[in-house]
Amino acid sequence: MNTLLRTSLLSVGVTFALVLSACDPLLNVKPVTQIDAATDLKDALAVRVALNGAYDGLSNRYIWGGEVWCYADLMGEENDIRFRGTFQYMGDIWRRTLNTLNSGAAEVWLVGYSTINRVNRILAVIDTLPAAERNSVRGQALFIRAVCYFEMIRLYGKTWGDGDNASNPGVPLVLTPSQIFQTGVLSEGEKPSRASVAAVYEQIIKDLTDAESLLPATSEATRANKATAAAVLSRVYLMQGRYAEARDAANRVISTNRYSLAPTFTEAFRESLPGFAAETIFRVPVSEQDGVNQLNVFYSATPGGRRDMEILAGHLTKYEMNDARRAFFFTVGRRLTSKWVDQFGDIPAIRFAEMLLTRAECNARLGTTVGAPPADDINRIRRRVGLADLAPSAVTIDAILRERRNELAFEGHWLHDKKRTRSSIVSGGTTYPFNSDRLVFPVPNREIIANPNLRQNPGYVD
Amino acid sequence: MNTVDTPFNRLASWVHACSGYIRCSVVLAILSISLIGTHALAQVSGTIKDDTGLPLRGVTVKVKGTTKGAVSDKDGRYSIATTSTDKTLVFTLIGYAKKEVDINGRSTIDVVMSLDVQRLEDVVVVGYGSAIKKDITGSVIKVKASEIADVPVPSFDVAIQGKAAGVNVVQGSGKLGQGIRVQVRGAASISASQEPLYVLDGVPLTTSLGGFAGAFTNARSVNPLADINPQDIESIDVLKDAASAAIYGSRGANGVVLITTKKGKAGKTNINFSVQRGFSAPSRFLQFANTRQALEYFRRAAGATDRIEGIDPKSPDSYTTALLEYFEEQSLGLFKASDPDNLNGVPDTDWGRAVLRSDAPSTQIDLSISGGSDKTLFHLSGQYMDQEGIVIGNSLNRLSGRLNVEHKVSDIFKAGFNLSIARTNNNRLPGDNAFSSPLQAVALPPLVPFLDPTTNLPVGTPPGNPNVPVYYNPIIGVNHSYRRYVVLRNLGNIFGELTITEGLSLRGQFGFDVASQSEEQWFGSKTVRNSGFPLGGVYNYNEAVENFTSSLFLNYNGRFAEVVELGATAGLEYQQSQTKTQSLAAQDLPSDGFRLASAAAKPISVDARETAFSFVGYFARANVKIAEKYLLTLNARVDGSSRFGANNRYGFFPAASAGWVISEEDFLKDNEVLSFLKLRASYGLTGNAEIGNFGSRALVAGDAIYGSLSGLLPGTRPLQIPNPNLTWENTAQAEIGIDYGLLSNRISGEINVYNKLSTGLLLTVQVPGTTGFRTQVRNLGTLLNRGIEFVFNSDNINADNFSWKTTINFASNQNQVVDLQGQVLTGGIANLPSRAEAGHPLGVFYTREYAGVNPETGDAEWFVNTKKPDGTLDKTRTNVYGNAQSIHAGSPVPAWTAGVINTFNIYGFDLSFQFNAVMGNRINFYGVGQYSFAGARFEDNVTVDQLNTWSPTNKTAKLPETRYLIENGSQASSRFLLDGSFVRLRIATLGYNFSRQMFADAGIPLNSLRLYVTGFNLLTFTNYAGWDPEVNTDDFTGNIGQGIDFYTAPQPRTIMFGLSVGF
Repeated sequence: MNTLLRTSLLSVGVTFALVLSACDPLLNVKPVTQIDAATDLKDALAVRVALNGAYDGLSNRYIWGGEVWCYADLMGEENDIRFRGTFQYMGDIWRRTLNTLNSGAAEVWLVGYSTINRVNRILAVIDTLPAAERNSVRGQALFIRAVCYFEMIRLYGKTWGDGDNASNPGVPLVLTPSQIFQTGVLSEGEKPSRASVAAVYEQIIKDLTDAESLLPATSEATRANKATAAAVLSRVYLMQGRYAEARDAANRVISTNRYSLAPTFTEAFRESLPGFAAETIFRVPVSEQDGVNQLNVFYSATPGGRRDMEILAGHLTKYEMNDARRAFFFTVGRRLTSKWVDQFGDIPAIRFAEMLLTRAECNARLGTTVGAPPADDINRIRRRVGLADLAPSAVTIDAILRERRNELAFEGHWLHDKKRTRSSIVSGGTTYPFNSDRLVFPVPNREIIANPNLRQNPGYVD
Repeated sequence: MNTVDTPFNRLASWVHACSGYIRCSVVLAILSISLIGTHALAQVSGTIKDDTGLPLRGVTVKVKGTTKGAVSDKDGRYSIATTSTDKTLVFTLIGYAKKEVDINGRSTIDVVMSLDVQRLEDVVVVGYGSAIKKDITGSVIKVKASEIADVPVPSFDVAIQGKAAGVNVVQGSGKLGQGIRVQVRGAASISASQEPLYVLDGVPLTTSLGGFAGAFTNARSVNPLADINPQDIESIDVLKDAASAAIYGSRGANGVVLITTKKGKAGKTNINFSVQRGFSAPSRFLQFANTRQALEYFRRAAGATDRIEGIDPKSPDSYTTALLEYFEEQSLGLFKASDPDNLNGVPDTDWGRAVLRSDAPSTQIDLSISGGSDKTLFHLSGQYMDQEGIVIGNSLNRLSGRLNVEHKVSDIFKAGFNLSIARTNNNRLPGDNAFSSPLQAVALPPLVPFLDPTTNLPVGTPPGNPNVPVYYNPIIGVNHSYRRYVVLRNLGNIFGELTITEGLSLRGQFGFDVASQSEEQWFGSKTVRNSGFPLGGVYNYNEAVENFTSSLFLNYNGRFAEVVELGATAGLEYQQSQTKTQSLAAQDLPSDGFRLASAAAKPISVDARETAFSFVGYFARANVKIAEKYLLTLNARVDGSSRFGANNRYGFFPAASAGWVISEEDFLKDNEVLSFLKLRASYGLTGNAEIGNFGSRALVAGDAIYGSLSGLLPGTRPLQIPNPNLTWENTAQAEIGIDYGLLSNRISGEINVYNKLSTGLLLTVQVPGTTGFRTQVRNLGTLLNRGIEFVFNSDNINADNFSWKTTINFASNQNQVVDLQGQVLTGGIANLPSRAEAGHPLGVFYTREYAGVNPETGDAEWFVNTKKPDGTLDKTRTNVYGNAQSIHAGSPVPAWTAGVINTFNIYGFDLSFQFNAVMGNRINFYGVGQYSFAGARFEDNVTVDQLNTWSPTNKTAKLPETRYLIENGSQASSRFLLDGSFVRLRIATLGYNFSRQMFADAGIPLNSLRLYVTGFNLLTFTNYAGWDPEVNTDDFTGNIGQGIDFYTAPQPRTIMFGLSVGF
C-alpha cells in the first residue's frame, strides 16, 4: 500500500505538471471595460477622441464646470453673498478660513493636472494626425492647458505683482506626458517644485499665443478658436496689468464681428434663447447626459440647485435704481441670482460683455480709444440693462470697475478683480488686504505629502 | 490565450482545464486496483440508546479502518457484517460523543451514547477535509447550527458576532441587507480586502456583489451572504492561523470561513417546521432640540453674529432678521418673524422619531425534510423570511430552497450534489450621506410641520413649497421613489468521491456561484428637489456574476506500526469568475404611474461593464500523529492568478504546525484535574489576492464624453497607472496555543497568542497630482497584528433536569502599521481624516486637539500642538483653528472584544444570554456633530446636550458660544471623537421543549415541539453620545476610514416569538 500511495502521489504530481503547463493562458484575462494604454493613441481617431477627453477635463465640475468661479465669488464678495450650505469646504472659502485639507483646493489641483496630462499626451503624438488637422488640435490642446494653469495660478499663487513674481512660488509646470503612466515608476523628475508665478504666466501666455495662431478663426462655441484664445489672453494680461496687450486681445475678439450683446440681459443666461449664442464666446456644454453646471448647483434652487449662496439685500444697493440687473433675482425663501437657473443649461464661460468691459477699462487706463472710446463700450452695456448713457467724463476707472462688478457678478471675477486692482475685500466685519494670505488657496495637503519638493503657502499649517 | 472572448474560446479553455483532471483521473483509476482479501464473515447487532434510555436512530456504525458501515433504525437497532480481522466498531451521531467498542468476538453489542459535551471531540472542517478538534495543530473555531438557530438576523455573519474569539463582526448600521464587515484577527490589509475568504461546501463565494451599483444613485454595498439561509448551515468553521489557512494559499491571509450545509441522516425521515414572528425597534434614539429649545438656541446664535460683525439686529441684512425669516419660511408661516416669542400654533416635530419605527415586523417560516437510507442521504429545506426595517422604507425578504443529496453508487463510489436557490428582495435606502437618507431628517428644524397644512402632504411634497424644509424631506423619497434590489442566487456543487483503497479516496467537485442581481430605481416627479427629475426618472442596474470552481483532490488516511497515523491531501483547483453589468438611466416619464425606461422621453446614460479573474491552485497537506501525542501538519499551496502582474504570476504558500498532547504523557495521563492539554505552534505564509482584477495594467477609459451643439462626442482619458510587479499581499503568521480540558473535559477551551505580519501590502499610494493621476497601487506596506485569544467552555452544572453552561471568549488584537515607506494614506471624512501611518493603528484619527471654550470670549479653542525644540508639544491654546497642528487622536480599533454566553436547561426550559463587549475604540461623530452639536454654523437642528452654550451672561458654560453661520468649535477636532465602548445583551432566548416521551406516551406523532422567545440587542450599556456605538457608516467607510457615524441607522432591538415542530 505504501507503494500505491507513492505511485498515486507521483501520478498526481505528473498531472499537476501537465495542467500547470497549460495554465498561463488561463491566467491571461484581459480588461474589456477599459483598454490597455499601450494600444491607445496609435491613430488619428484615437488622438481626436483624446482631445474630446481633454475638453471633458476642462468642463469638469471643478474647472469650467463653474465651481472654481463660485470660490472666486465667495472669497471676493463684500457682504453680497452669504453661504448657507452644508459643504464645509465652501463655507471655509467664504469665511476665508481654508485649511490645507480643503477638498475644493485639492480637487481644482488634481483635476487641473489630470486635464493638463490629457493635453500633454496629445501634444506628444500630434504627428499622428494628418497635417491639415494638426494645427487645430494642437491649438485646442494648448488652449485647454493654458486655461487650467490660469485658473490654478490665480488661486494657489500670490497675485501678479504682489512681491517678486520671479521668486513667488506659483504651481509646478508640467509640459510633457506623465512618465509613470508608461513605466509604472515615479521618477524624481515627476516630483516637480513650484515654478515661479512669472514662469507660469509666461507659459500661459506662450500657450495662448501659440493657440491663437494655430487655431481656426471659427469653431463651434464648445471648442476653442482664435477668438477664444484671445479672450482668455485678455484675461491673463489684465490680471498682470498689461493693459495694452489686454486691450488688444479683447479688441481682436470684438473686431471679429461675430459676437454681440444679447438683446436682453436675461437672454445672455438662457441657452434656449437666441441671444445666448450671440454673446457667448465659449460655452461649456451641459445636458442631462453629460456635464454639470456648478453655478446652478450652488447659486440656484430646485431643480438642481441647493440655494446655498444667498444674495444679501446689501448687494442690491450696489446697482442703480433702474438697472435691470438689480431685479435679476428671484426668491425661494432667500434671494438668489437669476443667472444660473437652468440646470442643464450650457455655461457661458466667456461672454462678449466681458470683452467690452476689458477693452474699456484698458483704453481708459491708457488714455486710448482702440476699437472704441471707453464710454461707447460701457454705454453699450448700460443701455442693454435700461440705464442711461454716461457722459465720457463720467466713465472713470472707478465707474468702469463698478460696471464690471455688476455686469460680471456671480461669474467668478470678483476675487481676481479685487486682487489686480489692489483693493481690500471687506466682508463680515473683516478687512482682507488684496495680498492677504487668507485670499490664497493652500497647496493641497495630499500634494505636500506626495511630493516633498512642494512648499506650502504662508499662513497654512499642514 | 485568445484575446477574443467567444463562447467557443471559453469552452475551449474549459476543456483544456478539464482535460487535466481527466488525465489525472485516468491515471488514478488505473492505479485504483485494491486488494480485497476474503475472511470469515460474522454478523454483529445490538441496540443503541441515549443516556435517558431512549433509542437513537441514525447512528452510523462502522468497522474501524474499513468502509463497512450500517445505520441504526428507529428503535435504535443495527446490524453489521464483520470479518474475523475486524476489531473495533465505531458509533457516531452528530451531537453525540463518538464511541469505539472492541468486538472481542461478540455478536451482540448494545451501546449507550451521551450528548457530546466535549468540544474537543468536535469534527472541524479544515479545507479539502476535516479533522478532530483535539488533533488539529492550527487554530480553527467552530460555530454549530444550534448556536445560531434562534438568532433573528438575515445572514449568518451577524449571528456569529461575539461567538468566535478573534472573529470581529461589525454590522455597520440598522439598514437591512447592508454590507457587513468581518475581520479575522484584525485588519491585515490597508487597501485590499480585509474580509475572509468564504467557502460554501468547497466553493469560494462571490463576495463583491453590487460592485458597481450605487455609482449613480448613492446606494451602498450589499451583503453577499444575505442570500444564504442561516438555517441551512450545519457548521461554520473559521480558519484563523496560517497553518490552517495556507491550504487556501493566496487567499488565506484574512482567514477562511468554511460553511458546511446540512446533510440528511440515515433512518426515519425528519420533518421540521418552524415559524418565527416578531418586531424590531431602534436600539437607541438620539434626542434633538424641540421648537422652544431650537428657537432659543438659534436666536442667541444670530444675536452673537450680529454683535461680532457689528450689525444692527433690526437691519434687513442682519443675521437675526435672516434667521427669523428663515424660521418663518421653514414653519410655512406658522411662526411669525414679527412675533418671535409667540409659539402658539408653531409646529414642534420630532423628526428623529418620524423616520424610525418601533413596530417593524419580521416573519420567518422554515420547513425542512431530511433523512435517507444507507445508500442515499438527503436534506431538503425551504425558508421564507420577511423583515421590515426600523428605518422607514427599508425591508428585506428572502425565499430560498436547498436540496443536498448524496448517493452511494457502490462501496467505492459516491456522488451527490448540494444545490440552493434563493431570491432576496431588498427595498434599499440611499447611502447615509444622501439628503434622501431618512435619518438625515433629524437635521430639519423642529418648527417644520410634518404635514404641509395647505396640501396635507408631508412637508415639501409638491405642490407644496419644494424648498421647505431647508433640506430635502426624505419622507418624500420614501413615498415617491423606490430602490428595489433583487438577487437570484444559485449556489451549489456536484461531486463524486472514489474510494481507491482503504484510506485513500479521490474527490472531484465542480462548484458554482451564479448570481443575477438587478436594482430598479424609480424617482417620482415629487422627488424633483432631490432627484433633479421634474417629470420623474428611472435607473436600472443589472449584474450577472458567474463564478465556477472545479477541484480534484486525494485524501489519504492510514495507520502505520499501530502508533503512527498519517493523513494526506493533495489536489488542484481552478476558478474563474466573470461579472457583467449593464445600467441605464432615463428621465421624463408621462406620469408617476410610469416607472420604467420604456416610457421615458430622455435617456441620461447607458453603461455596460465587464470584469473577470481566474485562479489556478495546487495544494497539499500532510499530517502525522504519533502515539496520540505528537502531531505535525505541513501545508502548501501554489497559486497563480490573472490578477497578479506579469512579473509575479505565481506564489508559493507553505506552512507548518506541530502539537504535543501533553496529557497523553505518562506524567499527566492519570491526572484527575487536567484531562486534556495540548501545546501547539504554527507558522506559515498566506496571501491576500483581493487586489482588484486589473490593478497591474495601464488603462485608458472611454468615459470622457464631451458635448457639442449637435450631441455628445466620445472621449478617452488615462485611468490607471500600471504596476507590472503587482502581486498578492503576504502574511506570515506565527501562533502558539494550548487546548485544555479540565475535570473530564467539563471545562475546556483554548488560549492562543499570535503574531501576524503582513508585508507587501497593496497601497493605493498617493502620487503627485501633477502626474495627472491621484494614486498608484503598489505592494509596499507592512502591518502587524498581534493578539491573544481565550476561549473557556464550562459545564457548570450537569444534573438530570438542570444544566448550566458558560462560554466565554475574549480577544485582544493590537494593530499597528509598521512601515509605509514614508507614505501617509488617508481615508474616511476629508476634514477629519482617518490615516494609515507607520507607528499607528490602521485608521488612526488625525485632527486638531480640542481645548474647550475660552471662558472670557466664548471662542472655541484648540491646542497649538506644534513641536517645540525639546520635542514636546506646545499646549498653548488658540482660537485660530488653522494655527493648531493636528495630532493622532485615537483609534477606531477596539482594545478588546468579548462574548459571554450562559445557557441554562431546567426540565424542558432552556434559557440563554449572550453579552458582547467592545472596548476602547473611538467613533468619529464629526459627520453628524459638525452640524448637530457644534453651534449654529449650519442651520441643522442640534442635540439637546448642546444647548447650554457660553454667552456673555453665562460664562461658565462648557460649550463655545453659538454663532449663526460662523464656525466656532464645529471645525473638525478631537471634540468629535467619542468613546465607542459598549456592552450589549446581544441575544437572550427563553424556550420550552416538550418532551419526546410525552408525545410518545400520548400517541401523538410528534418528534419535538419547541416554543421560544428571542430578544436581540435588548440592553446596551455605553457612554456614546450618538445613536448607536455599533456603527460604521455606508458612506466614507473603507479600509482606512472606519468607525464613522454619519446619520447612520442604529441597530434594531428585536423580539421574536417562535414555534418549532418536528415530525
